Order: sequence, then C-alpha cells, then structure tokens
Amino acid sequence: MTASATHRAIDAVFRIESAKLIAGLARIVRDVGLAEELAQDALVTALERWPEAGIPENPGAWLMATAKHRAIDHVRRSKRIERKHEELGHTIEAAQPSIAPDLEAAIDEDVGDDLLRLVFTACHPVLSTEARVALTLRLLGGLSTEEIARAFLVPEPTVAQRIVRAKRTLAEARVPFEVPRGEELAVRLSSVLQVIYLVFNEGYSATAGDDWMRPALCEDALRLGRILAELLPKEPEVHGLVALMEIQASRARARVGPSGEPILLLEQNRGLWDQLLIRRGLAALARAEALGGAWGPYALQAAIAACHARARAAEETDWPRIAALYLALVEVTPSPVVELNRAVAFGMAFGPAAALPLVDALLAEPSLAQYHLLPSVRGDLLAKLGRMDEARVELERAASLTRNTRERAILLERAAACARASSRAD
Amino acid sequence: MKFMILVKATKDSEAGVLPSEEMLAAMGKYNEELVKAGVMVAGEGLHPSSKGARVRFSGKDRTVIDGPFAETKELVAGFWMWQVRSKEEAIEWVKRMPNPMLEESEVEIRQVFDTEDFAPSDPTGELRAAEERLRAQVEGKK
Repeated sequence: MTASATHRAIDAVFRIESAKLIAGLARIVRDVGLAEELAQDALVTALERWPEAGIPENPGAWLMATAKHRAIDHVRRSKRIERKHEELGHTIEAAQPSIAPDLEAAIDEDVGDDLLRLVFTACHPVLSTEARVALTLRLLGGLSTEEIARAFLVPEPTVAQRIVRAKRTLAEARVPFEVPRGEELAVRLSSVLQVIYLVFNEGYSATAGDDWMRPALCEDALRLGRILAELLPKEPEVHGLVALMEIQASRARARVGPSGEPILLLEQNRGLWDQLLIRRGLAALARAEALGGAWGPYALQAAIAACHARARAAEETDWPRIAALYLALVEVTPSPVVELNRAVAFGMAFGPAAALPLVDALLAEPSLAQYHLLPSVRGDLLAKLGRMDEARVELERAASLTRNTRERAILLERAAACARASSRAD
Repeated sequence: MKFMILVKATKDSEAGVLPSEEMLAAMGKYNEELVKAGVMVAGEGLHPSSKGARVRFSGKDRTVIDGPFAETKELVAGFWMWQVRSKEEAIEWVKRMPNPMLEESEVEIRQVFDTEDFAPSDPTGELRAAEERLRAQVEGKK
C-alpha cells in the first residue's frame, strides 16, 4: 500500500470509528470537547505508526485502547491535582461531580448508550441551532470542519469557531453527558430530529451545479437518522423522520431536469424514483405507525410523502387522503405554510371552489406577506375557476416575490396565459 | 455514495451447500453492525446459478440459456447495497466481514451511479429529454 493509500484507509477507519470513540471517551472524561481532542490524538498516533507498522487487525479497538489510555491518564492527573489542592487546604468545588469511579468497568459499557448520550449532548438546547448542526456533523457524522463549511457555504474559520464555542458552552453550562428521561426525552428528542432534518433539507435544497458536498448532506442525514432509529427503536417519531427522508431521497433523480431546472413533484418521471428507498421509507412509516406514532409531525409528513410514492401516476394520487393528513398536521404543528399546503391538497381533492376560502383566510397572515407561494397558489385556483384577471394579478405578484429566476419566468408565462384567456373571453 | 458489494460464488455455493450455523451467526452479527452504522441499504443471498437462467442478446435475437453456468468465480452468490462516504470506507467494511466462504473467494466492490454521474454521458440532456417525450406519449395513450 502506498503512503497516501494508507492515509486514505486510516481516514476511512476513523470515519467509521470516530463517533463511537468520542462517545466512549466522553463518558470517561465527562467533556465532549476533551473527548474529541483525545480521539484526534489517537488518530495522529495512528497516522504516525500505521504507515510503518501496518494497519492493525482490529483498528477500531486499537484506536479506542490508545485513546482510553490517555483519557485515564488525564483523569488520574486531574485527580492528583485535585488532591494536591485539597492538601493545600483549598476547598474544591465539585467541578466534575461524577468522574467514573471504576474506569475499567466504564470502558466496557454499552457503546449504543454512549452514542445516544453524544447525540443528545450535541443537540442540547443550550446551543444555538447552527452550533447543534455543526457539532452533530462533526462528532457523529465524522465530517471535518472543512467539509461542514463547504456544505453550508460558510468560511471554514466560521465553522471551526462555531464548534469551539459550542464545546465551551457545553462545558460552562456543565451539561451532563446523559440521555434525558421521562418527559424531557420527548422535548430533547424533537431537537435532535430537527437537527437531522435540517441537515437533510440543506442537502435537498442544493442544486445539481452545487459542490457535491451539499447533496451529500442528504446521505449524512439519512445515515444519522438510520443510526438513531437503531439506538431508539421504540420512538415512533425517529422512524417517522427516517421514513420522510427515505421517501424524499427516493425522488432525487427525478426532481432536477436535464439543464438543472427543478421539476415539480407532479411532473416528475416516477420511473426515476428509487423504489428501494421508497420501500425502506414505507417500512419505516409502518414501524412508526405500529408504535402508535401515526399522528407525530414527522410520521404525518411521511404519510403524505407515502401517498405520492404509492401513486404510480400523478393522476392516481389519493388527494382526499393527503388533504386529511394535512388537516391532522395542521392540528399538531399549526403553521401558515402547512395551512397553505393543506389548501392545495384540498383543492386537488375537492376542487378550486372549496379550496379558495382556505387560501383567502391566509391573506391576512403577516408571516406569509412576502411568501410567493401564497399568490401563486391563489392565482392557480382563480385561473381554474375562470377568474382570469384576478388570477393574472396574483401570478404577477408571485413572480415579483420569488427569488428564483426560473420560477419567475414560469409564473410570468402563466400570468400571460391568463391575460390571453381573459381577452379571448371578452 | 452507494456501493454494491458482490460476494462471488464458489464451488460450494454453486453446489448449494448451505452456510454453517456458526457462519450464519457471524454474518448476522456483521449485518447488525452495518445496520447500526447506518450503512446497510439492502442485501440478499442468491440461489446457485443452476436455478437461474441467462438471456443472450445478439442483434434482434434473444437466446435463453438455463443454468448452471461454468465460470464459477465470475458468478455472484450474494450482494449488499451500502451507503458510505468513500470507496475506502466500503473497503474497510468489507475487511471486517466474516469470511463468507469455506474456500478461497472474492468480494467485489462497485460504485453505484448517482444522479450527477449520468451528466457526463448525457451532456446535452438529449437522452433524458427523449425519455420524457416517450413517457408523455405512453401516458397520452392511457
């Protein structure tokens, strides 16, 4: 193996092992930042030794053993310092209240639990959303700062700083390295799911011309979701989120046209949908529902996505069911955007006349005042009702609000078509 | 990126010799690791080629050839679909696999085409456009 091939192999080993490594170390030293440093140290040692000595038979265990030796040294050293302070008569505040009493026992504990602790720590509410995302990708996804920076289109120092600050915040807030229990679990879990879905959407909204790192975020999010589903198999919303992401990812090939233009769901070539991902998504959704989670916000969105996935042609879409699911979604996560989607589904199911009042009810909604899809949807309904002049005004307004040039062109075209239809009618 | 991992056939696998219980247990544990790591997308084992067939294409001709097939080492006995970040990661996972066969055997790692991979062979988008037209025709006839 050449030196660079060995380095790439070490890199791959580290990617596979780093989350487990950091998680195991964090339980010993009770500090996620320090745990990551120790893991990095172990990697550096590997980079020094493996090219000469060869990659060990069980590289993961080797990295863990190396890092844990240092972790134990570190704990012993800080205890010695602590004792010295005591000898000097200082009263020491219990800064690290629960350094694992039996280090050897601590080493053998379940890795899955450690990973879960790491997930909940990285997504802790004391951190900003941006910090949670960066830390999760760094500690659990094994991405480098440079990769995160490229994926989120921000300068690398910004990400590096974000991560350093996040680690400091966790240490200063003395966030315990543990899995929340009882009622707190639900709240904290929703923060974890939100972070994963945010990463997914960042990748999903990237266009074909973007750096490949951006679309790769979808895969990272999917992988994190699948890992979490294994760690928390009884939490329906985790399966709901996985289902949603699998089904959305199944359309990746169909949602962009030959010259990079976005293709709307109903116009996509369903033959390009990835049936394997659809099957996985439907299975995950079934699991969420079997666990009694059919009404969770992610499961509901997945159920809507599943309606599209099951329809072999756009005309076969079960719109009444989608409209009903949106109605349920509005109940659990009231939001004007969900309301608008519900109105669209309602229109598809029961006709434009039934949907228009739902859209009109949103006109006074301040958060939608600049949202181009509101006039776009309204214009569409008006056009279907033959009210062409009003439709044209709405579509032109939508065109003036969108930031996407292609979308603007399409909206203006439709507005022009309304104008023509109106003059023919006169 | 996605990789297909192809477990190549051996005399035993072609003869329909079933894996030992020990081997099945080891493979089960390995699969579990893959699932826990979020790597596993799909995976199946295949019957010997004696239960399969081939269709040979030559111009307009189609000839059906029933199994078994001779070149054992080129045949596939099972496959996985994995999602990993690099070929190196796929190699690393394969190295951790329990030896799937009693005899010497090979496991092949092949990258699956992604959306963006299609672009170079279809720079103008003509193929896709043609596909779209075809689809529109088919749908129009329904």
